[in-house]
Amino acid sequence: MQAVIGWVLRIGVIVSISVVFVGGVIYISRHGGAIPDYSKFNGVPNFVQLHGLINGIISLKGRSIIQAGIILLIATPILRIVFSTIGFVLEKDYLYIGISLLVLLIILISSISGHVG
Amino acid sequence: MPVFEFTLIILVGSCFAGLLGSLTGLGGGFIIIPLLTVFLHVDIHYAIGASLVSIIATSSGSAAAYVKEGITNMRLGMFLEVATTLGAVTGAMVAVFFPTNLLAILLGVILITSALLTLRKKAVQVVHQKNALAVKLKLNGSYPGENGTIQYSVSRIGGGFVMMLFAGLLSGLLGIGSGALKVLAMDNIMRIPFKVSTTTSNFMIGVTGAASAVVYLQRGYIEPSISMPVVIGVLIGALVGSKILVKTKSSGWLRWVFVVVVIGLASQLIYNGLIGKI
Repeated sequence: MQAVIGWVLRIGVIVSISVVFVGGVIYISRHGGAIPDYSKFNGVPNFVQLHGLINGIISLKGRSIIQAGIILLIATPILRIVFSTIGFVLEKDYLYIGISLLVLLIILISSISGHVG
Repeated sequence: MPVFEFTLIILVGSCFAGLLGSLTGLGGGFIIIPLLTVFLHVDIHYAIGASLVSIIATSSGSAAAYVKEGITNMRLGMFLEVATTLGAVTGAMVAVFFPTNLLAILLGVILITSALLTLRKKAVQVVHQKNALAVKLKLNGSYPGENGTIQYSVSRIGGGFVMMLFAGLLSGLLGIGSGALKVLAMDNIMRIPFKVSTTTSNFMIGVTGAASAVVYLQRGYIEPSISMPVVIGVLIGALVGSKILVKTKSSGWLRWVFVVVVIGLASQLIYNGLIGKI
């Protein structure tokens, strides 16, 4: 199980960073000379919503592709918990199946309630 | 500043941050946030978002190696992640109500404290006294040492759990891994051997970061064009750092360099926060 978790983490990082890199190359080649202002919060961009993100990726927008890579990266440790849970199921360790599911639940609630504020 | 130069500066700075972070075991977030806010005048929320993304990357990358070696206590990590994720979600939720200059001052104070904490002497400790709760939660473990397998027990679980809630809260609020605080909780309160506490702390940082990153993501605080050079740079720096670390054993003077750099940057954060420039 430890080997599987090691692989999940490694592949997750490699895949997501590759996507971020591709998006970054596209973004810079298109907007390399633009002058952005990040000194104040610019509001929620439209690729935060799923349909906005998908539209952005289809039209090969650099920032949307980077965003997709970042989402994959954030999903990597969460996927690690899913695999740990499977490991505990195989070991029939009910206490730790419960603890792993509790951690997943906390992250799930966090991702649902993120829109507040 | 045009995108190209802006990206290049962040990339180089992040490489440096990742290198120092991995050599000292503190992580890159420490240098990234002051670099972005003080020198490049980026809004602190964007800086915190980018730092969160980078700590998830480095934690997951290095955890992959440690898990295979069998030093990480995965049950202990999973159990304490209940506390760190709860804290992280709370921290990320309340971060929006904090004025940016207060975030900067708080971050500065935490950075200096954490940097000083790394200068502590690490005594090799192994506790064998069995704690009833630790037995029930199956937290006691073993790890491969120089002279065979070393068995250890875990103490004061309640205290450790509370400290992890606090570490998670700071992580969600300030976008740092809180690694120094996590290690402190495991070393001094739970009496866990140093090797186990550092790798298990690193193992937990990714999940803790992910718990607050999902909140930052939806608020639009994770800006792709800033996070991209940060995460790539920190990862390159951390990779180079881990290669150097295998070859050289003594990083004593490096710790001092790091502490001085961090204190310098943190003072800038506190100063700019006090005069309201951040």
